[in-house]
Amino acid sequence: MNPSYLKNILSFIFLISLFACQTQVNSSEQYICPMKCEDHKTYDHPGTCPVCKMDLVKVSSLEAPILDEDGISEKSIFNLQSEWKTQDNETIHLTDLRGKVLVVVMIYTSCEAACPRLVADMRNIYSKVDDPDVNYVLVSIDPEKDTPEKLKAYAKEEHLEGDQWILLQGKLDDVREFSNVLSMKYKKISPIDFSHTNIISAFDKNGVLQYQQEGLGVSNDKLVQEVIALSEQ
Amino acid sequence: MIRLKYIFACFGLLAFSLTGNSQTRTIMRPIKGGTLIPLYGLDSGKVWVDDFLLDEYPVTNEQYLDFVKKYPEWKRANAKSIFADGNYLSEWQSDLQLGSHMNPKAPITNVSWFAAKAYCACQDKRLPSVDEWELAARASETKANAENDSLFNTRIIESYETPNTYSKTVGSTYKNFWGIYDMHGLVWEWTSDFNSVLISGESRQDGEADRNLFCAGAAISASNLRDYAAFMRYAFRGSIKANYNIKNLGFRCAKTK
Repeated sequence: MNPSYLKNILSFIFLISLFACQTQVNSSEQYICPMKCEDHKTYDHPGTCPVCKMDLVKVSSLEAPILDEDGISEKSIFNLQSEWKTQDNETIHLTDLRGKVLVVVMIYTSCEAACPRLVADMRNIYSKVDDPDVNYVLVSIDPEKDTPEKLKAYAKEEHLEGDQWILLQGKLDDVREFSNVLSMKYKKISPIDFSHTNIISAFDKNGVLQYQQEGLGVSNDKLVQEVIALSEQ
Repeated sequence: MIRLKYIFACFGLLAFSLTGNSQTRTIMRPIKGGTLIPLYGLDSGKVWVDDFLLDEYPVTNEQYLDFVKKYPEWKRANAKSIFADGNYLSEWQSDLQLGSHMNPKAPITNVSWFAAKAYCACQDKRLPSVDEWELAARASETKANAENDSLFNTRIIESYETPNTYSKTVGSTYKNFWGIYDMHGLVWEWTSDFNSVLISGESRQDGEADRNLFCAGAAISASNLRDYAAFMRYAFRGSIKANYNIKNLGFRCAKTK
């Protein structure tokens, strides 16, 4: 056999094995259950989650936030187009709140039982976090009654004053939509009363929900830690 | 109420439909309002529902495909995860193609609340509220209110037990008193305020929440203990989130008269 021919074949085999090695290096990517059933446990190879049986996904695909042309993550509340009125009767969109960590609660001002406690929690978080780069947003679930004037008076009464406190009135539909983004539930049960879930939510500077505290009279410590960590990001 | 962009968008849709390229629009039937005793949750016990219009059929696969063609932001690849989780239109072959096994005239499912809301808004309609939906759904073939008709109730339960009804053609179940088809027996349907069903956390007595409603003895706080089908519907509504996409959950649109 022609030695140069042999040489060609050998180098060709060598090249192939080189590529094969490379693809192996690439496949060292870690895989994880998309539902995080086993918390942060990762695998070296694709497969299915032993708990929920879903296909494992690449870890990198979960970490990289997908941004649209405006640089807004597709999980961001800044995708909502709704218009809101503040307690100072200014018209805003949620994107106007971009750039600061948001602590959000939904309340109504004529509420006598749960809301004062939720608002007290908000004040408590505000003083513990003590950071001008965090905004505190109260969204009314009773926009028919909670006009900007009413919200303004409420803010004064509840000592929610300063630029960091934002009280919002929206359209009925938009409030419902917003509550769905928070997975918060509410129902008007009489002309003056609502039943509602008690949730305080923390959003990062890009409007992505990062932490929720559910219930009344629970400790705010974890939420405070999360907010401080988000603000440092 | 209607945003300017919807007006423009829907004007475009109207112009498009006049050229004859579009599906025939679903006929809406008038529903006479009245008092309704919701399963639970009201202090006064009764709620008044105004007259309204409701789609004759649930929205179908082919109608939804039309919508996606006109509003590419609702293509499977484009829908943002805050509005629809990974199961959105999961049975479709591609962004603009139904699955080969799918019946074009069957109700659209695997759509989120946000998607359903957008669909109705683009037709200058809206989703019905829970109360409106329940009012329309309590009608049998012959009676506007068949709540106390035990045969009707048994039939509903039986239809809930039948599997894979989501692949049937719309209109294949009974036509009710108002001329509305398929309120029971094909798919569950989204309502505008489905998240008004509280199973956890209630404002006035935190802890002793309505979650008890669906468990044993506490269920006696509900208004109609015999209405097992209603329990199932309310429990289902209480358990879902707006960005979920479920194989047997579709929708139809309503309109204020």
